[in-house]
Amino acid sequence: MAKVVAVTGNEAVANALRQANPDVCAVYPITPQTEMMQRFSSFVSDGKVKTELILVESEHSAMSSCVGASAAGGRVITATSSQGLALMWEILFIASGTRLPIVMPVVNRALSAPLNIHGDHSDAMGARDAGWIQLWSENGQEAYDNTIQAFRIAEHMDIRLPAMICMDGFIISHSIERLEYLDDQDVQAFVGEFKQLNPLLDIEHPVSYGPLILPDYYMEYRRAQAEVATKVAQVVLDVAEDFARLSGRKYGLFETYRLDDAEIGLVILNSAAGTSKDVIDEFRDRGIKAGLFKPRLYRPFPYEETGEALKHLKALCVLDRADCFGGSFGPVFVDITTSLYPYREKPILINKIYGLGGRDYLPGHAELVLNELVDVAQTGTVRNYKEYIGVRE
Amino acid sequence: MKLKSWKEVNPGAVITDAGNSREFKTGSWRSFKPVWIEENCIQCLFCWIYCPDMAIKVKDGKRADFDYDFCKGCGLCALECPGKKGKKAIIMVEEGK
Repeated sequence: MAKVVAVTGNEAVANALRQANPDVCAVYPITPQTEMMQRFSSFVSDGKVKTELILVESEHSAMSSCVGASAAGGRVITATSSQGLALMWEILFIASGTRLPIVMPVVNRALSAPLNIHGDHSDAMGARDAGWIQLWSENGQEAYDNTIQAFRIAEHMDIRLPAMICMDGFIISHSIERLEYLDDQDVQAFVGEFKQLNPLLDIEHPVSYGPLILPDYYMEYRRAQAEVATKVAQVVLDVAEDFARLSGRKYGLFETYRLDDAEIGLVILNSAAGTSKDVIDEFRDRGIKAGLFKPRLYRPFPYEETGEALKHLKALCVLDRADCFGGSFGPVFVDITTSLYPYREKPILINKIYGLGGRDYLPGHAELVLNELVDVAQTGTVRNYKEYIGVRE
Repeated sequence: MKLKSWKEVNPGAVITDAGNSREFKTGSWRSFKPVWIEENCIQCLFCWIYCPDMAIKVKDGKRADFDYDFCKGCGLCALECPGKKGKKAIIMVEEGK
């Protein structure tokens, strides 16, 4: 029986991690770490989970310890946020290139400078091409559910890639919401026993990790890793189907909201999607065919499925909570335009940067964007392909 | 040795056949080659102890010739060799000469 609780996103995800019963958790215990790991360390201290908790001196060390523990043959977790993820950056590639299924919730927060601690997607966007699977979550429930599913996806024998579960800093991580916990034994049965692959601690079958691969083979390994990425989407869907049977909650590669017959649409990640859905309802009440597309599996990005879901729209705005300096457009915009590139008939696309450093995304912002899309769809002309919203001019 | 395609490589570049460095012959790295002069050798086996690449063969407790498949030509053996009456039992000769 599911248990209904009122908890923060941090507490919800800490519980999902406890229920998966990892062997090792290596974390940096000080800010930018969140309350999530404080909660998890309480579970360890209280004997509610058998995890070996390793407190290290930096996130670089945290991810390095995770790589070692995972290669040794354990189910391994960590968690981070903001500058912490930035400091892990070098080792993220080692975890994915070595095909180690480490699970890591990321509380999305802004990067310095200027110093800021609030909700923003710059941290995870900076790591989007590090070879990790990324699942993005609108609310505490989705973050909890995604964390549980992430173990199955990452540890799948055809995949064996590390996975990040992204959730908005403060808006989700620190806000109390109603959500449903699954029973411990149900989660344990769903996640299953950790299956080892070439564990270092199997002394009967000695293996070497991290060899030097010179130009005669490096490209073959990278090509092989790219191939694994193509298999992730199907595994995500299979795991979601199993999860729906267990929880009654359905997940896909992305969520579409009133999109099928829509003429204008928004693409938006995480918590701001909730606000946008309310405004879309208001537009629908006024007879305007608006819809929403919320990516869930953001890496590997399901380009074909995304293009199919969006190609019928007349005008589309991609909202990014991270900017690309010198790249002209936000990261999600770049992926969405790429997914629509093969189609002769496609929507007119515009990009808005919003909510940087925890700046509120308000219903008025969604309204402004949707009104502009109505105009773009009618006239076929665009004022500006990229603009910042909610910023003082 | 035929090079493998990307479909055949091990996930994560993990090496599962222990001791396969034997297949990786490093002798071609050498620019100077150690040469053993048997009449100056006192069988102290210092060269065998110091060689970082196990490239000095020992047979029945006696020094045998170099294993040139793995000797990188570092010259440690020639440096450590005490020789006999001031005459070295190992000298370094430039490759190609």
